[in-house]
Amino acid sequence: MLLIKNGRVMDPASRTDATLDVLLDGEKINEVGPAGKVAAPQGTEVFDASGLIVAPGFIDLHVHLREPGQESSETIETGTRAAARGGFTAVCCMPNTKPVNDNAAVTRFILDRAKAGGSVRVWPIGAASVGSKGEAIAEIAAMKEAGIVAVSDDGKPIATAKLARQVMDYCRSLDLPVIEHSEDVSLAAGAVMREGVTSTRLGLRGMPAAAESVCVARDVQLAELTGARLHVAHLSAKASLEQVHWAKSRGLRVSCEVTPHHFTLIDADVVYDSKFKMNPPLAGREDREALLAGLADGTVDAIATDHAPHEPALKDVEFDRAPFGILGFETALPLALEQLVQSARLSLMRMVELFTMGPARVLGIERNIAKGQPSDLTIFSMNHPWTYHVKESPSKSRNSPFDGRAFKGAAVATIVGGRIVYKQ
Amino acid sequence: MSYNFRDLLALEPLTADELSFLLDQSKPFQVIQKNPLKKLATLRGKTVALAFFETSTRTRISFGAAASRLGADQMNLQAEASSLKKGETLLDTVFNLNAMKPDCLVMRHAASGAPNYVARHLDIPVVNAGDGTHEHPSQGLLDALTIGDRLGTIKNLHVTILGDILHSRVARSNIHLLGKFGCQFTLCGPAMWVPRELEKIAPGTPIRCVYRIEEALDGADVIIMLRVQTERLNDPPLSADDYILLYQLNAERLQRASRNAIVLHPGPMNRGIEITPEVADGPQSCVLEQVTNGVAVRMAILYLLISGATETSTHPALEVKSKESANASD
Repeated sequence: MLLIKNGRVMDPASRTDATLDVLLDGEKINEVGPAGKVAAPQGTEVFDASGLIVAPGFIDLHVHLREPGQESSETIETGTRAAARGGFTAVCCMPNTKPVNDNAAVTRFILDRAKAGGSVRVWPIGAASVGSKGEAIAEIAAMKEAGIVAVSDDGKPIATAKLARQVMDYCRSLDLPVIEHSEDVSLAAGAVMREGVTSTRLGLRGMPAAAESVCVARDVQLAELTGARLHVAHLSAKASLEQVHWAKSRGLRVSCEVTPHHFTLIDADVVYDSKFKMNPPLAGREDREALLAGLADGTVDAIATDHAPHEPALKDVEFDRAPFGILGFETALPLALEQLVQSARLSLMRMVELFTMGPARVLGIERNIAKGQPSDLTIFSMNHPWTYHVKESPSKSRNSPFDGRAFKGAAVATIVGGRIVYKQ
Repeated sequence: MSYNFRDLLALEPLTADELSFLLDQSKPFQVIQKNPLKKLATLRGKTVALAFFETSTRTRISFGAAASRLGADQMNLQAEASSLKKGETLLDTVFNLNAMKPDCLVMRHAASGAPNYVARHLDIPVVNAGDGTHEHPSQGLLDALTIGDRLGTIKNLHVTILGDILHSRVARSNIHLLGKFGCQFTLCGPAMWVPRELEKIAPGTPIRCVYRIEEALDGADVIIMLRVQTERLNDPPLSADDYILLYQLNAERLQRASRNAIVLHPGPMNRGIEITPEVADGPQSCVLEQVTNGVAVRMAILYLLISGATETSTHPALEVKSKESANASD
């Protein structure tokens, strides 16, 4: 058993914000009670969480663990260690591995690897189409049986409106969310950043905001047509958020996530360094403002990292040639604290919700701190000063634009299934 | 004041004083171009590496001539002969070149920012000889030198740039240099190539985008033509006939510009597409002077970056002159 003593328990599901003790008994929470009032049996391990926040375990809806196939950039073992350091207790890994996770055998392989060497829970996302090629629907039911929690052709959108419609119809019947990387690939072709004054000044090819919002518009219309659960991945543009807002106002089952880099940085921050290259690209100032507003008002459902490791040999090239993507696990919570809470844009409770109950709802599960719930907890500090050095990361890759950034607050301990998998 | 140019990657970050210094240092080298014997010993024993990862004729030859006339040796790398096609990264290729110990790397590359990226990893000076659609600093300088020669000043001029501005590194270097001397810009061409964002790329410099050539030419002191890249005509598909109809610079249209207006073109020209032969060969055209001045500007760049000379140093071209005159008086 493990007793988490004296922490400030923040549980968005029950709106709890109080100093409590939490007793974990293996996989389940045994008891939650006033500090000092929870009786633990002899020999119980005690974690003193005085001065720290105790939250339900953070869920990351959007990560790339690169295994199978690109193990020189990341493995399930290294990626989940980085996730644990970032405070995440469960991560949903995208299917764009080699081979693509488009069948139950690959799904089972990922889950086996996670069981053998993963620090945190790994919840695979299956491909929507075979090979994510946008032609035939993948064996989604078989993958669901094997353990996928959603489908997506991430890296690109489901290729055609027709197939997206069919996948949504099918996934509605299977009660699985469809996660869309919304992008009009013709508008985005060849682009390496967001189109705007900065791309024009730097002479880098830009994609307009509409490259995303045109596809979000398509997808929310199809969500209405099919009644499917649609989740818009890494939403970056104000116009896309307006589409999601429209969908929600009509009562559609549409949700969206925003990444820490999109609510922190903008296109004007881009320099000729591939650490600033990701897709969707860093957006405009107004987009960022809209994302911050959406995170506060509930239009945005979750913060997701889009953790996208690329080994230095791939990423350390000309901006035009570098692959898209940056690391995300270890900077997500610190950036959220800095940009959302310390800046007084959001309450701490709302921020915690975006890492816990928000993503849980997208997946159709619960996430709270109560007797009988899974013993997954994220314990973090609010004001501990520290500096992020990417070279210290357990990740195999180093592609972070936040290397060397000073923060206040970070994960102090990550608990999965009653076990401390990371402790500062 | 002391100028310290470690690299020459772009004109955007340079101040008006620094740009004036570069232009002033080019002028004595202009004189050298007229001498029967054009070679100096200034950089004797030094080596300039010319790495052109994108094909180029005149810029490569111009930098080569500049190096030769300063007495420097050259190492040449051309894209087609390089190992890039064998999968070597840019950085590895450059490190290999650098291992042969050149004193300066002049590079052209199709990726914007590639010279910035390389310069971060090298301890020798890097000169950008054109990167993607970003900048072409030596072209910006030679254009300014040419304008100054013809008009007597580069200050407060009305400069019109015609053509595919979005994809032009020349236009960006022109704007960042001349903008710092109070020039104002009118950019004109098909709307896909002249996005409004261009008006904001150089804060403090008045830039307007217009889509009618007549409006663009009204009162212009300097007209900078850009080559219509035939590959661009395919993306998006645009009719060459339409381009000629709307944007070709011909003698009649040129009359709308100020009486002494000059016409520049970085080359290579597509006669009969963006410019008529009549204008290209006319008295207002500076096309060949630009090419001549290119060598002088590039001599100044190589001289300053390799020797680390400052404005208190005696200019090598003037040194020659004083020696010659000393000899004459003997």
